[in-house]
Amino acid sequence: MPAIRVRDLRKSYGAIEAVRGVDFDVSEGEVFGFLGPNGAGKTTIVEILEGYRQRSAGEVEVLGHDPAKGERALRERIGTVLQETGVERFLRVGEVLELYCGYYPRPRPVDELLAITGLEAKRNEVVKNLSGGQRRRLDLALGLAGDPELLFLDEPTTGFDPTARREAWDVVRNLRSLGKTIFLTTHYMDEAQALADRVAVIAAGRILAEGPPDELAGRDAATEIRFTPPAGVALPDLGAGVDVTVDERGVVARTKEPTPALHALTGWALERGVILEGLTVTHPTLEDVYIALTAEAATSGE
Amino acid sequence: MSDLTIAGRQLRFEQKAFWRNPAGAVFTFAFPLLFLVIFSTLNSGARIEERGNISFVTFFVPGILAFGLISACYTNLAIRMTISRDFGILKRVRGTPVPTWAYLGGQVGSSVVITFMLFVLTVGFGVVAYDVEFPTATAPGLFLTLALGAVCFCALGLAVSGLCPNADAAPAIVNFSIFPLLFVSGIFFPLDNAPDWITTVAGLFPMQRLADGLQYAFDPRTTGMGMNGGDLWGLFAWAVAGSVLALRFFRWTSDQK
Repeated sequence: MPAIRVRDLRKSYGAIEAVRGVDFDVSEGEVFGFLGPNGAGKTTIVEILEGYRQRSAGEVEVLGHDPAKGERALRERIGTVLQETGVERFLRVGEVLELYCGYYPRPRPVDELLAITGLEAKRNEVVKNLSGGQRRRLDLALGLAGDPELLFLDEPTTGFDPTARREAWDVVRNLRSLGKTIFLTTHYMDEAQALADRVAVIAAGRILAEGPPDELAGRDAATEIRFTPPAGVALPDLGAGVDVTVDERGVVARTKEPTPALHALTGWALERGVILEGLTVTHPTLEDVYIALTAEAATSGE
Repeated sequence: MSDLTIAGRQLRFEQKAFWRNPAGAVFTFAFPLLFLVIFSTLNSGARIEERGNISFVTFFVPGILAFGLISACYTNLAIRMTISRDFGILKRVRGTPVPTWAYLGGQVGSSVVITFMLFVLTVGFGVVAYDVEFPTATAPGLFLTLALGAVCFCALGLAVSGLCPNADAAPAIVNFSIFPLLFVSGIFFPLDNAPDWITTVAGLFPMQRLADGLQYAFDPRTTGMGMNGGDLWGLFAWAVAGSVLALRFFRWTSDQK
């Protein structure tokens, strides 16, 4: 049984249809990345899964429960790290954790929560004195208080410095290795690429693409080989299936099979003692694919 | 872990947070006590003829008790819950398995604890400094009035928090909903000679019922158990109405869905 099962999910606000028939499954133990621009219906879907909003139509199952019923048995098994949720400002970090752990039947020990999120030193700090990043880590700690099987992470690293982000990623990887299912909403494509087993890209209330990030990024996409040859040198033949063009930045060769093309290119250069300035090989990232997909959705008359 | 334990822990942490927040502690706790000391000092020798020549402080102690209860159960609870909602605390809590009654029970319990502290200090001050006589014979009426008042004003506080659009607006809305009525409810000065229409209108509201019920219990002329039927029924009616309104208007999130 999948951890989350969504079939033909729809949600309207008055005449506006924010979610227009969405299907997806999230398997147990998987990190599922949910990507999409603001206003795509992302938050609506996540909040329907979390039980904060009611769907207009369709089927939704979270750990075998219908989240719309708001059952306590379900809330005992999920954790949520939302954006823009506050914490009692005049309690200490350790006190808030103790309070929230008390809401769950099988909480994680407070010491463990502090250790996972690197807040040990802040245990006795009053919440209102925490920095933004520390507050976000407390959010994560609170989401983990009940030792959930399924964790919703809504843009968990927004506002983090690069080091803190890497640390947060390690936390997520750790949770995954413990067999937790993680539903990750993020704006950062590198985050999705680094963490998610599968991603879904949503825009204008529909899922545009779904699959493992590398596969999505690789979908129909060619690798780009760029270099600037010395002036007046005739370009080599890089073989069939290589599309060579020249633009303002130099020569660009696009191919789905970069290995033979590179071999041909570098062999040719070595033979003639030609220096290939600025030689780079790039594969389109998830971000490129994401931007192309969502731009399409935006122009296709929404 | 029983739900009662959860409610108890919630109460304990609400208390911790309350006393660490200077704004809340000053307005809710220090204000009534400050009024008590200032008014009692200003009127220290005064007697109130219309009330059987009781000392002003004997009149004023139950009034401040009413004011303290309203501060803790209505004003503080309403503002606190609006801030908690506006800051997304309620939304987060809603995502946990904590039962609604246990969470709100802890909140209400915290207000009741503050009320009880104010009760001890207010009555203690009157008894020690101004020879106010503690009404032992009429204590049943006194405590029943306090209990009904606490239920009534906590319910109204939860309802009003749902009507406040955001945390910034809450203090103004909550205070404005209460202060005009406090002045015509005979809390700070007796209204025995006020125009009838004022006392009639004021009598429709729970502030006047609470103050009058408590003053009745403290009045040395009162016989029996100190239960003023009109006041108790009035508070009871408002407690029911307040609970209905709280169920209708209390919100966990600020955005409508």
